[in-house]
Amino acid sequence: MEIIMSVLAGMLFTAGVYMMLQKQILKIVIGTALLSHGAHLFIITMGKLNRGKPPILSEDVTNYVDPLPQALILTSIVISFGVTSFLLVLAYRAYQTNGTDNMEKLRGNDNE
Amino acid sequence: MSNLAILPILLPLLTGIILVFLNKRLPLVRMITRIMVIINLVVVSGIAYNVLQNGTIVLKAGDWAVPYGIVLVADPLAIVLVVTANLIAVACAFYAFNSLDEQRERYYFYPLFQLLIAGVSGAFLTGDLFNLFVFFEVLLIASYGLIVLGGTKEQFRESFKYIIINLFSSILFVTTVSFLYAVVGTVNMAQLAERVGEIKQDGILTTIAILLLIVFATKGALFPLYFWLPKSYTVPPTVISALFGALLTKVGVYSILRVFTLIFVYNLTVTHQILLILAGFTLVFGVIGALSTNNVQLIIAYNIIPAVGYMILGIGVFSSTALAGTIYYLLHDMIIKAALFFLVGAMAAYAGTSDLRKMGGIIKNQPLLGWLFFIAALALAGLPPFSGFVGKLLILRGAFEEGHYVLAVIGLITSLLILLSVIRIFINGFWGEAKQDKVPDVNPTKGKIVPAAFLLVFTITLGLGAEFIYPTVQMIADQMIDPANYIDSVMKE
Repeated sequence: MEIIMSVLAGMLFTAGVYMMLQKQILKIVIGTALLSHGAHLFIITMGKLNRGKPPILSEDVTNYVDPLPQALILTSIVISFGVTSFLLVLAYRAYQTNGTDNMEKLRGNDNE
Repeated sequence: MSNLAILPILLPLLTGIILVFLNKRLPLVRMITRIMVIINLVVVSGIAYNVLQNGTIVLKAGDWAVPYGIVLVADPLAIVLVVTANLIAVACAFYAFNSLDEQRERYYFYPLFQLLIAGVSGAFLTGDLFNLFVFFEVLLIASYGLIVLGGTKEQFRESFKYIIINLFSSILFVTTVSFLYAVVGTVNMAQLAERVGEIKQDGILTTIAILLLIVFATKGALFPLYFWLPKSYTVPPTVISALFGALLTKVGVYSILRVFTLIFVYNLTVTHQILLILAGFTLVFGVIGALSTNNVQLIIAYNIIPAVGYMILGIGVFSSTALAGTIYYLLHDMIIKAALFFLVGAMAAYAGTSDLRKMGGIIKNQPLLGWLFFIAALALAGLPPFSGFVGKLLILRGAFEEGHYVLAVIGLITSLLILLSVIRIFINGFWGEAKQDKVPDVNPTKGKIVPAAFLLVFTITLGLGAEFIYPTVQMIADQMIDPANYIDSVMKE
């Protein structure tokens, strides 16, 4: 199970990097979203995937799921959600102000 | 007692939140900001005194035992950096009143500024690798807000690149932390250091160390990952450039310093060798960039890069002399970069352009600005008796002692070139014929020189007072060279 998840996360990374290398701003934003999904899958996989067990350790629980990756992934999801929504707004404003969404044209060739 | 460790984060955070609600009343916001940055500096200095006298303060959040809960560790290194960061916050707060247009002030400059300080202090104080990521995000999100503040064309163009590169490195950071967790089963730095030491850092841990290095090198602008820095640091208004230049890259350098002196110190031939090579390239390429442009702000922004190179050189050499030099240089560089950005900002405001070829003869009407810039330039290049000298001397002495002659020579030559790059501003901008047709009616440097002078006083203190400050820095470095000190201070009780 861990291997399948790792492969899946790897595929998300590949797709994310591919999207980030595109010229269109919106595709880059989607790329970052895919990358962060890949990272989140990694976090949850690293804590060993176990089903139907409680994420606590008390006296009568001997078999438990590691709760730490779950706390980490939650924090990370919230952050990437916030940043992605900010990026979408920024991409739109940048498109409006600069009149283009092509990164090639946003190089800034002013040789100051 | 141990609760003191969270105050440097809590004070700016709460101030920032309160300022969001008062946003409509600008005079009130300005007043609260002024008062709070000073209170914060006093509080932090008090904590620093306490830490340096009585040893590390460890705050266990919710009173959870150390490896399980979140810890904040105010050890001497962290608290000294927090004090310096707050010093810059004070100067920036006062500079902002006189340099930002009202539109930008109204659109949440002050709340974002406070949140940035909270994030920077948090990143210095945290004792947990995942929380380092969280505080990185806090300060980065505040910086995203600051870099687009004003919404000009150039800002949108450069900020998008800045955000994407930082976002990518943050995602890589989370992934690396999860790898590390899978291998050693903890994210607490003290326990990480202990466990990595027990299993003697085999291949996979070295790989993880390199991944972490890539993350921090992106944030700290190391060769070859510095390409995003110069332009994105020059598009926002001066006060924001100063904040970024003084604080953001230094958090990256601090992270490298922490991780490669505490956790990954068992395979020096790989990790620290890479640090040394990168340091050499960073020095050379950064200074070439600084010499290649005529834009005064860009020259200062490029000068951030060789400074990072010096600090990484000190970490790579990894002896207690070199580490003391790195810490000294880190403190010096935070202060001097903010001061230089202030001064060139005032210069550009006076001349009405940031192109060096269109400036000249400013010293005739602005003698104080001119001489302050001269002092700052000498301090940046590391001439005695200013602060840059002590740090560089220690780093290079460390490099010579450990037999890294080539790098030490590169460091010395780079010093000269840095001096050339900033003196060029002084000669072309302040000397010669005035190229301006008329003197502006309102003095554009009003209120901009005092914050810069305030910071330069500390530069001179760091340089002339080395006799008093150096023993403390050497003590911090001696503690850092042996990870057991940090581990014991966190894990005890």
